[in-house]
Amino acid sequence: MNEELKFLSRQAAFGTISRRKFLGRAGALGVSAAAASTMLSSAVHAAGPQKGGTLRIGLQGGSTTDSLDPALAANTTAVNLIRMWGEPLVELTDDGGLQGKVAESFEASADATTWTFTIRKGITFSNGQEVTAADAAATLDRHAGEESKSGALGLLRDIKNVSTNGRDVIIELNNGNADLPYLMSDYHLIVQPNGGKDAPDAAIGTGPYIMKEVDMGVRFVAEKNPNYWGDIGHAEAIEMLVINDNTARVAALQSGQVDIIDRVPPRTAGLVARAPGITVSSTAGPGHYVFIAHVNTAPFDNPDLMMALKYGINRQEMVDKILFGYGSVGNDSPINAAYPMYEEMEQREYDPEKAAEYFKKSGHEGPVLLRTSDNSFPGAPDAAALFQQSLKAAGIELEIKREPNDGYWSEVWNNKPFCTSYWGGRSTQDQMFTTAYLSTADWNDTRYKSESFDKLLISARAELDQDKRKKMYADMGMMVRNESGLICPMFNDFVDAHTDKIGGWVEGVAGFSLMNGYAAQRMWVTG
Amino acid sequence: MSLLFKLLAQRIALGFLLLFLVSILIFAGTIILPGDVAQSILGQSATPEALANIRRDLGLNDPPVQRYFNWLGGLLQGDLGTALTSGKDIAESIGKRLGNTLFLAFWAAIISVPLAILLGLIAVRYRERWPDKLISAVTLASISVPEFLIAYVAIFVISVRLRWAPSVTTINDSMSLGEKLHTISIPIAVLTLVVLAHMMRMTRAAILNVMQSAYIETAELKGLRMFTIIWKHALPNSVAPVINVVMLNMAYLVVGVVVIEVVFTYPGMGQYLVDHVSKRDIPVVQACGLIFAAVYIGLNMVADIVSIIANPRLRHPK
Repeated sequence: MNEELKFLSRQAAFGTISRRKFLGRAGALGVSAAAASTMLSSAVHAAGPQKGGTLRIGLQGGSTTDSLDPALAANTTAVNLIRMWGEPLVELTDDGGLQGKVAESFEASADATTWTFTIRKGITFSNGQEVTAADAAATLDRHAGEESKSGALGLLRDIKNVSTNGRDVIIELNNGNADLPYLMSDYHLIVQPNGGKDAPDAAIGTGPYIMKEVDMGVRFVAEKNPNYWGDIGHAEAIEMLVINDNTARVAALQSGQVDIIDRVPPRTAGLVARAPGITVSSTAGPGHYVFIAHVNTAPFDNPDLMMALKYGINRQEMVDKILFGYGSVGNDSPINAAYPMYEEMEQREYDPEKAAEYFKKSGHEGPVLLRTSDNSFPGAPDAAALFQQSLKAAGIELEIKREPNDGYWSEVWNNKPFCTSYWGGRSTQDQMFTTAYLSTADWNDTRYKSESFDKLLISARAELDQDKRKKMYADMGMMVRNESGLICPMFNDFVDAHTDKIGGWVEGVAGFSLMNGYAAQRMWVTG
Repeated sequence: MSLLFKLLAQRIALGFLLLFLVSILIFAGTIILPGDVAQSILGQSATPEALANIRRDLGLNDPPVQRYFNWLGGLLQGDLGTALTSGKDIAESIGKRLGNTLFLAFWAAIISVPLAILLGLIAVRYRERWPDKLISAVTLASISVPEFLIAYVAIFVISVRLRWAPSVTTINDSMSLGEKLHTISIPIAVLTLVVLAHMMRMTRAAILNVMQSAYIETAELKGLRMFTIIWKHALPNSVAPVINVVMLNMAYLVVGVVVIEVVFTYPGMGQYLVDHVSKRDIPVVQACGLIFAAVYIGLNMVADIVSIIANPRLRHPK
């Protein structure tokens, strides 16, 4: 790289010359705007975090009906909001491991039935109160209690007893669970004073910011928490705007009203990325779009028909046309490389001949009815039409019934025998399988009931030998792939975008979109 | 004069009766919506226990008729109740949103109503000549294009390209009036384009109708200037149909701008209502519905009253 440019980009990063001036000078030296912009952002990164300024973020998903109570959080806006003011005991690292947050360390007994979390010393809530083990225990108690409305209730069912000893929180389980710390990183389980039993929606926690203005579903302003223990939280203030309309969100980024947005529509992401000063980032995650059939209901209780459907879907075509390349092909298992103990298995390809063969063997006659709606996943009706076409080549007729968005999750999903849906994924295989493929799971939306699968799942949970455990999960993935009613054509990437007025974006962070919801705290304003 | 009061009292009483009927309709509508409140509140991540807990807390196990009368009783005492979803006082949260909606509607009306009438007058003055045709063509084109398309084009040109005004119009209390007006300038412009044609066409048609009258000819023969005739003699006699259309459009500016609110991320009533419909928050939906109905009925009542006052013949029905 040209020495002068290097010098200029460093100057721009430190704010000695303006960004506009840098781009102009770079242009004069014969460097394209896009290349200069990339150069600038790497220089910004190398210069390290800058303090101060207001970072503005535009998010999808917020609603006027939301609550600040972390137990009721159910959309991406709520997750990003919680990350401002509160923290769980532990959190995912960028590569999907675990790091301490409110807890500074944790350890398990040999059989993984008793876990001890040690609360970080000397940290305080934003109301000045010191964080104690009792607060953390009360938090678990509130979310796991019989009266709980918490979205984390299902995760905590196996807890037998929670007690405290000095700075330690001791969790006893009915069955061993090697993944318990992962469960504790759930975004609902924010440590609040007295567990939030007194004021669940007061937004008092140990996070890097303190909420100053709250207008649900509209706008939030958070200011730096001067007593925050950690090293994130660079901007002086964060302004969050809820912008649900896709076009409006992208326009807000392009017109410079916000610095970062989530959920860039894949259809236009390529065009957005071409604009100067805007970076579109695609992050692989565990989220997937699915076609789910109830394998205990006719005609899907016929394994040959299920196989015919699984061979009759063109996965690559879906990734290209529905995700516009922002994703990867699925393999009829809910697990992909985003999981810590993933093991690769043979890819199932589109094979109309095999599909026709299985279809003939199944003896099924007439069309197969699939229900879909716009909100079951972005582009679901189009995906259903593609599925219809690829099945047609195998001589299988698919009838598509379009359902209203309204009430889809209560009337169709987990209710009707064959429909389109999506899964956001979980942080561990155990969680994903337990949520949707265990015989007794409430959300067993494919009605997959297998005794041997259940047994394997329970024993894998307490297995502390990583190699053995990996093998067990690989076996389970294979069982789901071959026996369940899951047809998973694609895993969708998170597509976020930010301007070059902020620095510090990290590629490939595990967890949710926007660097697992920590983008606003970990990025900084460069001027 | 007492006859006038009697007429007005009748109008207002009818308005209230209508409101009551509307409240029953709204209630019936809200209970036949598919889906379940508890499921909608907790989303896909709900467990059966959590669902049962939330249903019990919200009193969803009571019969609908009982729920309706409880609500109506509260309403008569000025209590809109609390939102099922957030547990907040409805009157308080609606008040702020309604204020925002009225703010946008007010400024859009301040610009569009005089502009529409003025354009109507100009169109009459230069009837069948190029100004008339230009005005008709432009206003008809703007009403024919879907409003969200006009909005997106305006955002692209004014906000993204020229950067004159913001595309996200989230206003808040810490802004000055000037800042607020700057923030909402694009939606005001779009709304003006949307409502202009209707009012302008009606003004033009109503005045043209009057222009055939004998007294206009007299005025012409007296040698008055054309614009003076239209302004002084024709307009006052065509106020009734014009005021009706103006009020309908003002009602639209208050209750019909959901699409504009979504596109511009404006924190008004429309977005607030849509959020609560999708969560099956019946008390809020009903409160919003009633307020919308009240605005609609109220503005139409104003139109009726103005027509009655402006036209003595209506005061003495045969």
